Amino acid sequence: MPATEPIIEFAKVNKWYGQFHVLRDVDLNVAKGERIVICGPSGSGKSTLIRCINRLEEHQQGTLKVDGVELTDDVKAIEAIRKEVGMVFQQFNLFPHLTVLQNLTLAPMWVGKIPKKEADERAMVQLKRVKIAEQAAKYPLQLSGGQQQRVAIARALCLTPKIMLFDEPTSALDPEMIKEVLDVMIELANMGITMLCVTHEMGFAKSVADRVIFMDQGQIIEQNSPVEFFNNPKSERTRDFLSKILAH
Amino acid sequence: MSTAAVALQLIPSRPPPVATEGVLPWLKRNLFSDWKNTLGTLIVLAVLVRYLPPLLNWAVFNAVARPDNAACRAIGHEGACWGVIAEKYRLILFGRYPYEQQWRPLVATTLMVVLIAASCYRAFWKPWLIGAWVVVLTAFFVLMHGGVLGLTPVETARWGGFPLTIMLSTIGLAVAFPLSVLVALGRRSRLPGIRTLCVLYVELIRGVPLISVLFMASFMFPLFMPAGWSIDVLVRVQVGIILFSAAYLAEVVRGGLQALPRGQVEAAASLGLSYWQTARKVVLPQSLRLVVPAIMNTFIGTFKDTSLVTIVSLYDLTGALQLALGDSDWRKFFLEGQLFVAAIYFVCCFAMSRYSQWIERHLNTGTRRK
Repeated sequence: MPATEPIIEFAKVNKWYGQFHVLRDVDLNVAKGERIVICGPSGSGKSTLIRCINRLEEHQQGTLKVDGVELTDDVKAIEAIRKEVGMVFQQFNLFPHLTVLQNLTLAPMWVGKIPKKEADERAMVQLKRVKIAEQAAKYPLQLSGGQQQRVAIARALCLTPKIMLFDEPTSALDPEMIKEVLDVMIELANMGITMLCVTHEMGFAKSVADRVIFMDQGQIIEQNSPVEFFNNPKSERTRDFLSKILAH
Repeated sequence: MSTAAVALQLIPSRPPPVATEGVLPWLKRNLFSDWKNTLGTLIVLAVLVRYLPPLLNWAVFNAVARPDNAACRAIGHEGACWGVIAEKYRLILFGRYPYEQQWRPLVATTLMVVLIAASCYRAFWKPWLIGAWVVVLTAFFVLMHGGVLGLTPVETARWGGFPLTIMLSTIGLAVAFPLSVLVALGRRSRLPGIRTLCVLYVELIRGVPLISVLFMASFMFPLFMPAGWSIDVLVRVQVGIILFSAAYLAEVVRGGLQALPRGQVEAAASLGLSYWQTARKVVLPQSLRLVVPAIMNTFIGTFKDTSLVTIVSLYDLTGALQLALGDSDWRKFFLEGQLFVAAIYFVCCFAMSRYSQWIERHLNTGTRRK
């Protein structure tokens, strides 16, 4: 694990949806360049946890610092943090009215204030990285799910973020398309970008993660290196969860 | 598993069968396929045979097209008296605008209609179009109002007919539409003050008939003005129409906003786009195209609702028709006059309706699979 100062710091973070206590006293430090996989049963708060990092969700108690900046109601600070944090969604969330290339250049041109020509060039570099450059002129709905998710990854990379968040990136894909997306993610992981990935792809966790975190009922139950986590789970709940998802 | 590999024949793609059908098979399939269909066809034919000839006789063959009052009276119910239009068309089209000056509203309206037509083409949606609108609107008011460039002044009370209808609806919709987008966004704002304001505005305006809004604009508003202040009744009525249609449009636009998946806004936020950037680049382009038919529906409604300004003594197209029919010689032929005005409204509304279908197809690139 790279031993540098944390780029993300959760300190006693709590969040409720109405009466439902979704994050409970979460403490978590993520080091620069660290690759973390978060797993846990549905409703355990894992998506909410990573969505707090770019403030798609607001936490109500505790402090959360990203890249040295504490997340508060300060809109300008949040917009600045969002430039440093890329996110990939389960449902891709590409903009269907824009071409693939326009999806990638929108934020660089409007947020990054980069001229169109340069934004186009950068976008093509990212599209080549996810091996989909030939689809640049198409609209998202003309692509397969796997291709759309790779475009979404390329779009998130266009602002050259320091941190990448993946929220169940392969859960909405047909089985034969999961691999092409995981391959791109593995390549990213090897580049040294900080990654937090909510996923149940345990093969991906074993081969890429520095740390695996198991959440249940809004709490971090267990965290460890993949080898320890899978071979030697400490808590009963982790063992129970692993037996369920590894059984098939 | 068997080891013997089956030689698989890959089937090459073939073109679909070409439909070849003559007139008779088409008739049989569509009009006489079974006894119910045949019966329906025969009933429709019988109705046409019974009513079409008398209608044509009235409207075309026995009709009097000359502005000849005696001939019109002589023909009675046997034929239409289109002469009433030949006699009164300038009064119907331009209302009480001074007769010898009516070239001015003609030129002004032509300019406006040409620019409206040009604005329909997506290829013209460039910054210069805004400049063109400023120029044309200025020209419209200079021509209509006069008082400069040697044109005799004509007070707004005498403006009327088609120019008034076009002016009230075009300016009304052009201002109401952006206003409605702001109100719709405001109703979904996180800021409670803005949200309450927008809800109040929409519910108050929707809660009263347009007639009441026009009455208030025309008679009540001046009571609250400081002494010596006055705003032209036309301006007040125009503002009334804007406020009224913006409230309805806002609800249509809000429907489009609600249809947009939340993930779109989240994706834009995760890329660091600000609220207004998200609205302009992600939310509105998608949600507005979803509600094009409903927006056009409201546009058409507003266009026709401008006829209600007659109740505050402004003579739009329908009001001018009433003026024209005030002539006791021609009053009898109100039906022909009404048909003429209805035809003008129909042409305008049908054009809007067709345009709505066309623009919907053109905006839909990307949201449909090819």
